Amino acid sequence: MNSSPSLSMSGAKAIRIARKQRIQDFLFHAITQFFSLLVLFALLGIIVSLFINAGPALQEFGVGFFFDNEWDIINGKFGGLIAIYGTLLSSAIALVIAVPLSFGIAVFLTEICPSYLKRPLGMAIELLAAVPSIIYGMFGLFVFAPIFGDYIEPALQATLGKIPFLGILFSGPTNGIGMLCAGLILAMMILPFIASVMRDVFEIVPPVLKESAYGIGCTTWEVVSNIVLPYTKTGVIGGVMLGLGRALGETMAVTFVIGNASRISPSLFAPGSSIASTLANQFGEAEVGLHFSSLFALGLALFFITFVVLALAKIMLIRMEKSQGTRT
Amino acid sequence: MANMKTMFDLNQIDSQGGRVDVVSNEQPRAAKNALEVRNLNFFYGAFQGLKNINLDIEEGKVTAFIGPSGCGKSTLLRTLNRMYDLYPGQRAEGEINFYGQNILEPGQDLNLLRSRIGMVFQKPTPFPMSIYENIAFGVRLYENLSRSEMDERVEWALNKAALWTEAKDKLNQSGLSLSGGQQQRLCIARGVAVKPSIILLDEPTSALDPISTGKIEELINELKHEYTIAIVTHNMQQAARVSDYTAYMYLGSLIEYGKTDEIFIKPKRKETEDYITGRFG
Amino acid sequence: MSQVANIDQAVFAKRKRTNKIGLILSVLAMGLGMIFLVWILSVLFIKGFSAINLNIFTESTPAPGTEGGGLANAIVGSLMLIVSCTLISTPVGVLAGLYLSEYGDRGRVAGVTRFVTDIMLSAPSIVIGLFVYALVVAQNKHFSGWAGTIALALIAIPVVVRTTENMLRLVPGSLREAAYALGAPKWKVAFMITLRAAQSGIMTGILLALARVSGETAPLLFTALNNQFFSTNMNAPMANLPVTIFQFAMSPYDNWVSLAWGASLLITFAVLGLNILARVVFREKVQG
Repeated sequence: MNSSPSLSMSGAKAIRIARKQRIQDFLFHAITQFFSLLVLFALLGIIVSLFINAGPALQEFGVGFFFDNEWDIINGKFGGLIAIYGTLLSSAIALVIAVPLSFGIAVFLTEICPSYLKRPLGMAIELLAAVPSIIYGMFGLFVFAPIFGDYIEPALQATLGKIPFLGILFSGPTNGIGMLCAGLILAMMILPFIASVMRDVFEIVPPVLKESAYGIGCTTWEVVSNIVLPYTKTGVIGGVMLGLGRALGETMAVTFVIGNASRISPSLFAPGSSIASTLANQFGEAEVGLHFSSLFALGLALFFITFVVLALAKIMLIRMEKSQGTRT
Repeated sequence: MANMKTMFDLNQIDSQGGRVDVVSNEQPRAAKNALEVRNLNFFYGAFQGLKNINLDIEEGKVTAFIGPSGCGKSTLLRTLNRMYDLYPGQRAEGEINFYGQNILEPGQDLNLLRSRIGMVFQKPTPFPMSIYENIAFGVRLYENLSRSEMDERVEWALNKAALWTEAKDKLNQSGLSLSGGQQQRLCIARGVAVKPSIILLDEPTSALDPISTGKIEELINELKHEYTIAIVTHNMQQAARVSDYTAYMYLGSLIEYGKTDEIFIKPKRKETEDYITGRFG
Repeated sequence: MSQVANIDQAVFAKRKRTNKIGLILSVLAMGLGMIFLVWILSVLFIKGFSAINLNIFTESTPAPGTEGGGLANAIVGSLMLIVSCTLISTPVGVLAGLYLSEYGDRGRVAGVTRFVTDIMLSAPSIVIGLFVYALVVAQNKHFSGWAGTIALALIAIPVVVRTTENMLRLVPGSLREAAYALGAPKWKVAFMITLRAAQSGIMTGILLALARVSGETAPLLFTALNNQFFSTNMNAPMANLPVTIFQFAMSPYDNWVSLAWGASLLITFAVLGLNILARVVFREKVQG
């Protein structure tokens, strides 16, 4: 029979189904909300557990812990300055080198690169960003540091090392392993990341804007510095700060080549420690007590520094999203 | 919730395809209103999108809403199945009586309501599943059919949408493999398959080519025997071809409402006449 | 009277020069980047391949001072950690992403959650290791594969949440409305329509999270630690490739260093492979 089938249910059944659906939707809301809050709970948990475990050290040394440059395991005197200095300095070196290079790469990929190369080269940069940091560490330890110590450090010492005041940065034995090497390896690590972010941000610039600058005879460089960069500056700064955040927390790339010496030296060639490298090397053997607790205090310092940098980066990126109407 | 029962018991279709009124056995029935809109005001946040709308949508007829962009016709359509409820900040005040029951009252089960008042959108929206599943999805929400019953229903719905011959050999292929016009007919089949009382069409052909448009207009002429249809269109000729009643709206107000022939041949208001003769909009 | 404007040749020449210098520097920067990439990868391949032989897959890590050995326990251990991490982080991440996209436009809690998730994305992984140590290892008084799994999950979940939310948001609102218009309840719209429409994008996110987690060392240092022997017991220290590399690289034993390179190559293959797979999956979605 080709007649239309009739509705096979009654109102009462429909109401039962509707009621069941209300319960299902309520559960759906509750379950998904719970899981999304897990991330919040994790963050809170991290902060709380860091504070609790760092407690004994902070009680013993006070806030001055973070400014004390002693790290004496045997006598139980600990201060965070050495590690904090190492973290900040290696990251600073990394940024100084990586940011201009990333900028150059981003400009290349958006303005200069022939279109058939854009995809593969862009992908190459992104794959570089995906390489795990321990690989960079291996590379640094076995390949880069020896070459660095045998050729580049002596060369730097012979040239920049002769400049008064500046020279002290390049003094001392040229072993390769040390603060400068760590900074360079870190730079290699964060370079592809920052370059990708900058490229993504540059691509958001409306072509119409660039065309109007080209149209009055601007050179490519002028378009980039006067149009693209100001338009994207919040995003660029946000990207740089994200890279900084990564560099600050990086463990493996740094631990292999920083030398793990518990002191602060004026020379960039000298070995040092970062917070992450200290933790990686010492946590395994630390006995519960002041050593253990001081390590947690270092972790707290690292978390705090990184959190501030990342939060600022996020705020800048959100501001850029709002003004551009896009999402990053 | 007891009143919701009537939504299902009313307006069933018997085996001959004729209307059956379960509530009363009077035949023939007097013309009845499927929807009665009373004093409807609608707000997007602080902005008022609809101002004091009053009109009736007669059962078994096609009612068209026309007017220039921004006049509120889509807004009005979307209040009829409370689609605006998905978006916070949008609210409606007034009454919309669906067979005597005010659907704007708080405490309505919206899912149930929307199963009785169907909607087809401007852009074809096939679900990311096979053609068969597209249609079965809606049916399964409220009915428990056996496999053969479901096959029957899918075939029936696709026939109603004049898509069966083109689709019957590819029921298991993705809905996205159809052309634009076919996708829209699939959406109509989907809407028809759950046997709603009313079908709302929001500019259903504006994204389609003329041939597909023609096919869908034929469809509407077929469907109106069994369903109440409300259609929003910016194409006046379409409204004239397809509808029994027409409502002309402007800037959120209902300017004129009446039988299509009267509106197009002898409109009562000058604003209506200006719009229809193309003097603006 | 000539209509041509007076062009100051000196100014123009300077601008051209600046442009040329800038562009040359950019090309050099790109070249430098490419040199690094090729250098690192070729060193990795050369040193890694020379370490790869059948023993890698059949023998476990050697004791200090003993010859030969392989990476079998570390490979299996890493696989177990990654698989169990995926089993936890996928449902948690997808459900959280669903919440943020389907309910997240209302309320400040969603906004804060998103903010925090993005920060956790880049949080130092060694601190996460510390946290899981304090939470799990200290309580149980021993290291375990489960602790390592939790630490890895804490790193993977923000990635999955973010990609899931972004992919779900790309699904056009009209598709959802079409499902609501049939009277579907919210959970069915979310699972059977929206999630399905975004599925290849979400899978990409999961693959990327996997790739990220495969190479992480720091979170495992204090949780799963490492195990010299072959073991599939997740309640005890678990052998894994990254920590093995860390322990073997700075050792005086040649075979240990060689194994470290072999492990590095394996990890890099896995990570790059997953990344490329993710791209292929995503591209199919865009085209298909």
